[in-house]
Amino acid sequence: MTAGVGTVIDAVYVVAVLAFILGLKAMSSPETARRGIAYAGAAMLAAVVATFFSPGLSNFALIALGVIVGGGIGWYWARVVKMTAMPQMVAVFNGMGGGAAAAIAGVVLLSSLSNPADAGLSVAGAVIGSISIAGSVVAFLKLQGWMRQRPIVYPARQPINLTVLGVGVAFGVYAVVRVDTLFLLPFFVLLLVYGVLLTLPIGGADMPVVISLFNALTGIAVALDGFALVNGPLGDAGYAMVIAGVLVGAAGSLLTILMARAMNRSIGNVVFGAFGAVEETGVTMQGSMKPIEPDDAAVLMAYANQVIIAPGYGMAVAQAQQKVKELADLLEAKGVAVKFAIHPVAGRMPGHMNVLLAEAGISYDKLFDRDEINPEFATTDVVLVIGANDVVNPAARRVGSPLQGMPILDVDQAKNVLVIKRGQGKGFAGIENDLFYKENCRMLYGDAQQVVGKLVQALKRS
Amino acid sequence: MAADLWTALFIAILAAFTGYEVIGRVPVLLHTPLMSGSNFIHGIVLVGAIVALGIATTPLEQAIGLVAVVMGAMNVTGGYVVTERILAMFDRSKKKGGSA
Repeated sequence: MTAGVGTVIDAVYVVAVLAFILGLKAMSSPETARRGIAYAGAAMLAAVVATFFSPGLSNFALIALGVIVGGGIGWYWARVVKMTAMPQMVAVFNGMGGGAAAAIAGVVLLSSLSNPADAGLSVAGAVIGSISIAGSVVAFLKLQGWMRQRPIVYPARQPINLTVLGVGVAFGVYAVVRVDTLFLLPFFVLLLVYGVLLTLPIGGADMPVVISLFNALTGIAVALDGFALVNGPLGDAGYAMVIAGVLVGAAGSLLTILMARAMNRSIGNVVFGAFGAVEETGVTMQGSMKPIEPDDAAVLMAYANQVIIAPGYGMAVAQAQQKVKELADLLEAKGVAVKFAIHPVAGRMPGHMNVLLAEAGISYDKLFDRDEINPEFATTDVVLVIGANDVVNPAARRVGSPLQGMPILDVDQAKNVLVIKRGQGKGFAGIENDLFYKENCRMLYGDAQQVVGKLVQALKRS
Repeated sequence: MAADLWTALFIAILAAFTGYEVIGRVPVLLHTPLMSGSNFIHGIVLVGAIVALGIATTPLEQAIGLVAVVMGAMNVTGGYVVTERILAMFDRSKKKGGSA
């Protein structure tokens, strides 16, 4: 063990932390975003490699095995997954970080339970990390469609959940006070169960906010682990974890608040509200859903002054963005102005639609966010809603609706509204959509890619 | 011993304000990549996992440490690749009207 090696490692951590901050800063502007992840990536690589050379480290073979196996799986999985599945991938990899934080806390608790400060910090890190991994896994299962997306509710939900959390934390505290590792097992089990219970009642539409919240929580768990490590033999790694963890905790919390605000909801309401579990009663829909043939819809659009396309998750699922681009090009060739109305929470994540449309080669100057485009609907001939539902539901303006107060795209004010929809089912929030029953609304049933394909064919013929 | 903890606490306070300020004015467009990017940054947990496994002595500690390293490594590589893939699309849009 030489002082020289330690100094070099510390210097690497300092540079890495600086690069994380600059990288995060760069990632908050479209022009520099790619540079930002490159900075952060290089910093991470340097920090991990430097840690390998830490004096006094043993179990090298196991460490190498873990890095290769985990790194390989993460790399491969992230490479092969479709862009539409990105939200749940963020959930998975965030959960892995939370799990790692919980496991580190486990090692610290097993090895230095007799140190009350470190053990207490580790208990806190383990609590948050366990909730983060269990919750993230449930979020993944829901978004992947392997689990029911609607909120799963059961009687006395809050008391039960609180009891599980309370008893779990009590086991952890007791383990520290009694210096007895035996109590650590029920501690971890109950915290993992709490993470699952916390996430089950949250509907799929709210998952982006929840994933962001778990992301912030993982950051905090990592920071708490860092606190517990700074006293240890390799304490300087702890400082790097404190800074990066708190950085993510703060940035992630702010991001979570911004996302919840875009839906006009509070975080408490998102997490504990079981949003969409309760059906609105006493409201019966007037009129009926009126279908329209693709040929007629194409004519309607071809002679419009302006067509605004409002895409949603349905477009993403059907992989229809290429066809949508084709449709937009054809309409523009006929002299029709085409704009895209992007609701902040359209899709499964804020910015999800922008990403998918950009992938299809649609330029950014055609994409407008809610506040920019809403005044234009009243003077627009045709709005084409592709696989969006809750974000265009005028029920949000009605007092008593579960969607009440959520800012929406005012598509119902256009002269004609065409809605591409898979079937007559309800939206993600499980709420009837008033829009579909309106006089100016016509339905195009079917898979978004096929229906847009038919519209393109019809436009080419006309 | 407590001195290190206090130092870490001072650092944490500064880092919290830094994190808050750095993304204060981010456009909605970048919420997803930013979430993914910050997800990558807490992959620094891998460093802690390596330390934890590196100082583990009993088989149980080693097993849990290995789990930590595997998960931390997944966080790092997965988080990086997902963020990079999302941001790669933003670059393409600079070629206006270019088709994919």
